[in-house]
Amino acid sequence: MAETLEKEIVKKPSEPLLSKRRKKFVTDPLNEDNPITIQVLGICSALAVTTQLKPTMVMALSVTFVMIFSSLFTSLLRNLIPIRVRIIVQLAIIASLVSLVNEVLHAYAFDVYKQLSVFVGLIITNCIVMGRLEAFAMGNKPYDSVLDAFGSAMGYSWIIIAVAFFRELLGSGKLFGFAIFENIGWSSFPTNGLMVSPVGAFIILGLIIWVQRAKTGYVEQH
Amino acid sequence: MQRSNTYIVIFSLILTIVLGGLLSLASVGLRPAQKRAEELATKRQILSAVMEVDPNANILPIFDKRIKTIVVDIKGNIIESDEMGNPIDASDVDIERQFKLKPEERMYPVFMFHDENDPDDIKAYIFAFYGNGLWDNIWGYVALETDMNTITGVVFDHAAETPGLGARITEKQVEERYDGKKIFNEEGVLVSVDMLKGENNPPAALNEHKVNGMSGATITGKGVNRMLKNYFEFYLPYIERLKGKDQKVARLLSN
Repeated sequence: MAETLEKEIVKKPSEPLLSKRRKKFVTDPLNEDNPITIQVLGICSALAVTTQLKPTMVMALSVTFVMIFSSLFTSLLRNLIPIRVRIIVQLAIIASLVSLVNEVLHAYAFDVYKQLSVFVGLIITNCIVMGRLEAFAMGNKPYDSVLDAFGSAMGYSWIIIAVAFFRELLGSGKLFGFAIFENIGWSSFPTNGLMVSPVGAFIILGLIIWVQRAKTGYVEQH
Repeated sequence: MQRSNTYIVIFSLILTIVLGGLLSLASVGLRPAQKRAEELATKRQILSAVMEVDPNANILPIFDKRIKTIVVDIKGNIIESDEMGNPIDASDVDIERQFKLKPEERMYPVFMFHDENDPDDIKAYIFAFYGNGLWDNIWGYVALETDMNTITGVVFDHAAETPGLGARITEKQVEERYDGKKIFNEEGVLVSVDMLKGENNPPAALNEHKVNGMSGATITGKGVNRMLKNYFEFYLPYIERLKGKDQKVARLLSN
């Protein structure tokens, strides 16, 4: 009896923590399956919060936090959640986490809290978060779900940080509020007003998508 | 798997209670830190109506060194204690709560910006304003020069104006439009300063009492106008009193 049990355990070696399959959860959304540039989700906040790097970083961190923990909790509860009310349950989990983030920012990063204003609250409606819960966390184990959420969050984060980098640099000649061009002695650097407006984000996003698709050869299916 | 209705109801109930409980805990636990952050932001705003404030500077010592405060009522009398006899500190006056009272019952804080070394050498008077924007409340601080007529600087803030439109009242570029404007006309009657509709009004339309507005945010602009007009009127008795004092000093000097 004991022998057969042992054999069964040997038969099923556990999957390494970062197996090839799991690595794909993290790496896919960074490029080939990027939530912003390929799936075109989360555009609203990508345009709105990216005028400066600092609030963008905070936004990226907030989204990452919300995604990881909402995926974790949804995945832990996935067999308990009644299928008929699953969307509401997911929404309740996301909304609670977002409110928590909002309260913490209010207490410890008041200036960023005011700058981001409604956009932290709007993480609730960010399609990336709910999309991952519905498509992945509801049907997969907690660890895999967390990896998947982390991948998507990083895919979202690197794009908005890249957009914010160019918008702050070209729009106000600064990085993290530090006047780059003035300090390298190029004080007449012509800042571009377009980059400060949301239109600038569209243009940079478009350029990123262009470069990315030229490299990966991705073509939309009609 | 199809679950029974009872299961769904109980599941939702438990979820609501757990999440609600967690959120209330977080809210109560973080409240003191949030209060501190807000106080700091308010003091920063008050200071930035009269001086350039370095974003990394430690605000509280500067505030204590440069600002002294009093509280006045609608008749311009200085109030020193509340009904219970406790002393009042202008920094503790919750302007939002005061706004809900009738104008006659409100307390109006006045912040006096003075010389670093001589607290009697007052450079500017800063008044607190509160009003309604388009979606929610707006508020601000307006600093008057000692002639009690010329605006040295303003800061506005808001709870929920539209980002990019009404929320622009917090932008320096908009606030600077008020610098140097006058609140009294030549006859000495209070006219306040009005924000016009639209952004690019011809120079002829602008004068000492009129500033350019914000396109797409006319209602927020009207809210700002109403707020300024109302509160200048509430502060008027006190302002007149200070003006009188100033003129007396001037008369003494000229004699």
